[in-house]
Amino acid sequence: MQELLGILEGLHPEVDFNTCTNLVDGKILDSFDIVTIVAEVNATFDVAIPAEELIPENFNSAQALWALIERLDEE
Amino acid sequence: MSFISLSFLLFLGILIILYYALPHKWQWVILLIASYVFYLFAGVKYLAFILFTTITTFLAIRFIDGRNKLQKEQLEKRKEMMSKEAKKAYKKQIKAQNRLVMIICIVLNFGILFFCKACLVEPLHTAFSSNATFSFLTIGLPMGMSFYMFQSIGYLIDVYRGKAEALTNPFKMALFTAFFPQLVQGPISQFNELKDTLFSEHAFDRRQLAFGMQRMLWGFFKKLVIADRIAVAIGTLKGAEYTGISFFVLTVFYAVQIYGDFTGGIDIAIGAAETLGIKLPENFIRPFFSKNIAEYWRRWHITLNEWMKRYIFYPITVSQPMLKLSLKTRSKLGKVGMRIPVYIGSLLTWLATGVWHGFNLHFIVWGLLNCFVIVVSEELAPLYKKFHDKFAFSNKRGYDVWQIIRMFLLMNLIRATDLFNDVGEYFTKLGSLAYQFNFNVLWDGTMMNLGLSVSDYIILGCGVVLMFLVSLFGRSGSVREKMEKWNIVLRYAVIIALLLVVVLFGSYGIGFDASKFIYNQF
Repeated sequence: MQELLGILEGLHPEVDFNTCTNLVDGKILDSFDIVTIVAEVNATFDVAIPAEELIPENFNSAQALWALIERLDEE
Repeated sequence: MSFISLSFLLFLGILIILYYALPHKWQWVILLIASYVFYLFAGVKYLAFILFTTITTFLAIRFIDGRNKLQKEQLEKRKEMMSKEAKKAYKKQIKAQNRLVMIICIVLNFGILFFCKACLVEPLHTAFSSNATFSFLTIGLPMGMSFYMFQSIGYLIDVYRGKAEALTNPFKMALFTAFFPQLVQGPISQFNELKDTLFSEHAFDRRQLAFGMQRMLWGFFKKLVIADRIAVAIGTLKGAEYTGISFFVLTVFYAVQIYGDFTGGIDIAIGAAETLGIKLPENFIRPFFSKNIAEYWRRWHITLNEWMKRYIFYPITVSQPMLKLSLKTRSKLGKVGMRIPVYIGSLLTWLATGVWHGFNLHFIVWGLLNCFVIVVSEELAPLYKKFHDKFAFSNKRGYDVWQIIRMFLLMNLIRATDLFNDVGEYFTKLGSLAYQFNFNVLWDGTMMNLGLSVSDYIILGCGVVLMFLVSLFGRSGSVREKMEKWNIVLRYAVIIALLLVVVLFGSYGIGFDASKFIYNQF
């Protein structure tokens, strides 16, 4: 989780990713950010996030994104 | 049938009466019949195209749903006998079959769209027109083809991805594809956001009906009073002799026209659906108040951009080859290398958007210009941040206004590519802005020779100010809900005044029908 927070903070240092729960709905993350995160996650955790998982619910918070990574890793 | 016609108003009036008077369980059936009646007005010959999309997409969806059910049954039945690897292999096999069917369906449908669009382009169009055997190929683009096709294919992909339930009733599929307000120029709905509102029963609601009619009236105002009035000046200003400041005026006039035309048409579509209790997605959120071009594209033609993002940009940028490329380029170029798939995905998405508008070089240039500005803006974002941190004035309201004006002018210049089939002519005119400062065209009478009279300019000026004020007023919530709290006399006075303005000052063609919507041709 710490590594994921590092990736997110690298993109938006001004955001508190521990508490923010509307990253997409609040227009903090745009589509460029999302695909950059997917590439970073792939490089760091060796987990490929498919296009169908690029939905706001999975990216609105660091916790939701972490849950997605864990789920995909198990699959 | 055009939205801007007496026949449409009559059609909608009869539909509303039947829709609420007959048993509500038949409402979706009535909508289906009405949608096909509406479509028949565009021409019987076009019916085959919409039926083809409906049937092929439905069959593909049923196939995918059938295979998914079979997979579930088999895995349940043989869960003790199958190893984890065998289950994975079986799932993979089913997914591959589903993918193949989905791809065949997409290729068939987009192949037809591609072919219809190609037949409109010279020299193919002339060649087919002059040959008796092939003249049937020049029937033109069936009404709303792009819009209903994008909507159906988006639904098919969602079913394949397991993100939407598969319809079992082909007639419901037919309604989802052909729901009439969306056929003229969108919006492009996603199945999950439309299914509940489209297929459920709706009790008569006077407030909802009034809101829908008010929204339609506002759309008629933007289309008839503003867009169609200014169109004549745009036709003149496209002439070769209008360069420098005249070209600048053209870009501003075109911004007004396309805003009035497109948002007006969408207001009529959303309003018509609202009179029937159906909520369509918004396609515009005050786009001209955007501060940068990326924000503009999140607020203009939202449903098409969302479609492009979900089904083209994301699948390209997060595909396995792109992720591998990203790893390679990252090791050589660092963080910038990591963004290479984003650039490639953006480029291909904007090319697709350009081609969707038409098989002309100027649309491709338009797409590339948008892509270029967005990518450069994204890459310069850290620099902008440093600038904002360093200079306090950049965080003030005045600077916001400057950003909005800057975006408006920049977008006007890019959008003007639409107006010239000859890309060279566009760049010549664009270049003239750098050296031809002929401001005198603003007062030497040139503006009075564009086909607009003084009264036209007064109506346009007042109309643009009104659109601006309504947008401003709508920033803090629904304008119609706010008006609801006004004194009833004032409220009705405003609505009746707007109706009179539309009736008295609308630009009507022969027999009331106005000109077509610009986006109807896509």
